[in-house]
Amino acid sequence: MSAPAVTAVTSAVEITGVTKTFTTRSGPVHALTEIDLSVAKGEFVSLIGPSGCGKSTLLRLIADLLQPTDGTVMVNGKTARQARLDQDYGFAFQQAGLLDWRTVRANVELPLQLHGVGRSARRARAEELLALVGLEDFSGHRPAQLSGGMQQRVAIARALAESPTLLLMDEPFGALDEMTRERMQGELVRIAGETGAAVVFVTHSIPEAVFLSHRVVVMSPRPGRITEVVEVPIGARTEDTREDPAFFAAVTAVREALRGRPAGDVAERLRDVRGAL
Amino acid sequence: MSRRILGGLARIGLLVAGLVALGLAWEGYKAWAPADGVSVAGVRILPRTNDAAMPHLSAVWNVLHEEQVASGGAISFGPRPTVLHGLVDACSNTLGWAAVGLLIGLLVGAALAILMDALSVAERALLPYVVLSQTVPLIALTPMLSRWGNGWGLLGWEWTKATSVEVIAAYLAFFPVAVGLLRGLKSPSAVHRDYFTVTAAGWWRTLVRLRLPAAVRHLVPALRLAAAAAVVGTIVAEISIGQPGGIGMRILEYSQVTGNSAKLYAAVAGAAALGLLAAAAVTLVDLALWRYHRAGAPS
Repeated sequence: MSAPAVTAVTSAVEITGVTKTFTTRSGPVHALTEIDLSVAKGEFVSLIGPSGCGKSTLLRLIADLLQPTDGTVMVNGKTARQARLDQDYGFAFQQAGLLDWRTVRANVELPLQLHGVGRSARRARAEELLALVGLEDFSGHRPAQLSGGMQQRVAIARALAESPTLLLMDEPFGALDEMTRERMQGELVRIAGETGAAVVFVTHSIPEAVFLSHRVVVMSPRPGRITEVVEVPIGARTEDTREDPAFFAAVTAVREALRGRPAGDVAERLRDVRGAL
Repeated sequence: MSRRILGGLARIGLLVAGLVALGLAWEGYKAWAPADGVSVAGVRILPRTNDAAMPHLSAVWNVLHEEQVASGGAISFGPRPTVLHGLVDACSNTLGWAAVGLLIGLLVGAALAILMDALSVAERALLPYVVLSQTVPLIALTPMLSRWGNGWGLLGWEWTKATSVEVIAAYLAFFPVAVGLLRGLKSPSAVHRDYFTVTAAGWWRTLVRLRLPAAVRHLVPALRLAAAAAVVGTIVAEISIGQPGGIGMRILEYSQVTGNSAKLYAAVAGAAALGLLAAAAVTLVDLALWRYHRAGAPS
């Protein structure tokens, strides 16, 4: 209850003291304990950790698909539920989750249609978004006619339909091959930059998390908790970033953190690397 | 598009080929087997083929053009209607009752499915009775229904024997719709349900934009069953209620004519044609909704 007006100005997501316990037949499962996390407006944050560390659960708490057992989740200074009802965020799932009886364009129009936007306005917006994800030539196709990567781009366009200030993504590139995946990462960085949206991105992949994020949140299981937050001091991402020593230094830092060793400061680590060279 | 038309033509061609094959099998068996059938040690293992049991198809064809003997002894003047006219009239009456029954069954079945999908309490409370309803013998139900219904009326509309027939047809037709649609409404995957939650779509919009479209591929086969059940239910109800004018009573009437089974077969063929007509109507619905269940196919 403390000063929500202040958080509304500065944070896209504000998680305080969140615990999530599932009751199962074999007893309670502590999916998350004592999570504190704040995501600034326009910031790109990845959640990484082994299976069962609760990263998807955390994302679903932000999306109000789950409710915390304890603690508070605020999105844009509102409760998660209110933010969902106000459509403050877009969500992209691991599976594209397109409706296969609708054309690509009708799929992108779906959220607008659900919220009563008129036919011509939503058509124009859908065309714009399909151009943004490079699929303007496929608007009349059906999802089943597209490759997995293209379907995922449609899903991202759909998530962006209502110009959300926050994008929640649950391993959206998990099912893609490596080449497609890297191209999609480049596009996502560009789209996030163009729209100015904050992004919370769940992934299994260390290079993916480092390439995309301003900060990488490292989590560990049993009980699910945040063990470390690694700052990634890399400037504008390009394809060359992947071969930058700073990129490797950050990858190493995240890997160390995942192994339970202190990650240290990436900038310092980088100096060590440069010295060795 | 042209592929779909070709596919349709191929289907019709197969249907005709099937009918021709059936006719050839009938006449072939009649020509091959002895008139009294084949018996082994006093047990008949192959049916009789005499004209009373298996009339020639040409005899069935010819009987269609005979003058119809007015049933119930009524005397009519002017050109006498043929058996074919009578059968077409009877079939169209039956078809009308079956169509009303199917429509009622569709509405009731859909309402039940949507209710059971929305409230799991309703599903647990209703589904066993929905299944149980189909085990009640129709023969027992129809006279009761007539007794309850007859005499009711509302705003000039009155419950007649025909109403009872329609209700019986609905009683059979609602079941596949309720069960098939319920399954279809539950068919969207977790990612789709989550997406509609995340977009704050609400119950009604989720129903209209997700659950119903996703249910079409389950609903179409259910409709096919329901249409057939409505026709069968109508015919059975006509006979057990004693509703005149339909193909059911015509079959009953012709089955009591001894020595000439051609008329009976003509009437049965009429009933079969009704079933085909009902199936064809569902196929039209199927084609109209094709994009909901052949989404993967290139358009």
